Amino acid sequence: MHQIADIEGMNLLQANQDGADHNRAHFDAWGITCFNLMSSPGAGKTALLEKTLGALCDRHAIAVIEGDMTTQLDADRLRSFGAPVIPITTGRACHLDSKMVAGGMQILKEEHDPHRFDIVFVENVGNLVCPAEFEVGEHAKVALLSVTEGDDKPLKYPIMFREADCLLISKTDLAPYVDADIERIRENVRAINPRATIIPISVKTGEGLDEWYRWLEHQLPGQRPSSHQHMSHQDEIAAVT
Amino acid sequence: MHEVDMTKALFNSIEDWWVSQPERPEVETVHLLVGDFTCVEPDSLVFAFDAQKQGTFLGSATLEIERVPFVAHCHTCQEDYSPAIEHHYSCPTCQSPLDDIKSGRELKISRLDCRELSASQPVTAH
Repeated sequence: MHQIADIEGMNLLQANQDGADHNRAHFDAWGITCFNLMSSPGAGKTALLEKTLGALCDRHAIAVIEGDMTTQLDADRLRSFGAPVIPITTGRACHLDSKMVAGGMQILKEEHDPHRFDIVFVENVGNLVCPAEFEVGEHAKVALLSVTEGDDKPLKYPIMFREADCLLISKTDLAPYVDADIERIRENVRAINPRATIIPISVKTGEGLDEWYRWLEHQLPGQRPSSHQHMSHQDEIAAVT
Repeated sequence: MHEVDMTKALFNSIEDWWVSQPERPEVETVHLLVGDFTCVEPDSLVFAFDAQKQGTFLGSATLEIERVPFVAHCHTCQEDYSPAIEHHYSCPTCQSPLDDIKSGRELKISRLDCRELSASQPVTAH
């Protein structure tokens, strides 16, 4: 029996990570900043996208790579803002991986001039566990947590909230009806991820949306502070080992 | 069960390496390091591995998992501590938020044990 030296220490998700780096290089070459939107089902990713496209479509060219099963109606509403909505096949996967997103990017390239776009949103499969471990080539991870899910969720699903660059606490208009403590959610996220930007939002009342748009635009090239370095899962391991 | 997808990812990673080898060796044991601060349940991973290896190049391989404890470092106290997953992540002494993670995020292949394809040949250590 012999042991193989050159695979030792290889990350279990190396193939996915390589694919994610490849996707990011394409996005960079096209001048696109990619945001990976993650949450449990029903936290409001699609509603947020609808508001965001409505607010930003006159100053940015936006495309959506759609990995969550939404209705045709949802897709049509997003398309009404002039944004291509590219559905990608996930089978029954519980998260998107870099290969699936590469498939969506291929369609974007075939059907449009990708250089025309400056923002791509990847709407991940509704799940608080798996998407956190699979990079897809994004420049920033955005997690949504609705107030109706309970303020303990950051403690229960810590990886998602550790990895997020921005956390949106959604549906704040419902907070009084479900006894949600937004400050408690904020504290629980801070305990795990002191660097994340935390923005309470409501697409119903408009609370926090301007701050969200500012955060988004701040991530675009030329706007990114030089200290901002997205730290991937693998980088984090590299940094500590 | 996302361990099925994790296992696919593991297979992809090993296969990328395996097909690049001039003599594609028979893999006997895959040793993994799995941190406690990951989304992976080791028992489910072993179950998924055994179910998915059938008929693949890892058909006769077994999976051995070594857990790595979740250890964080508090810069204020200059001390390491073990966060209580699902309950408490801040420093238990000064309540500073979780900052540097020293271990627990590993999802790594630590070692592969292989056998030469021709069993009659003497086995050599690389």
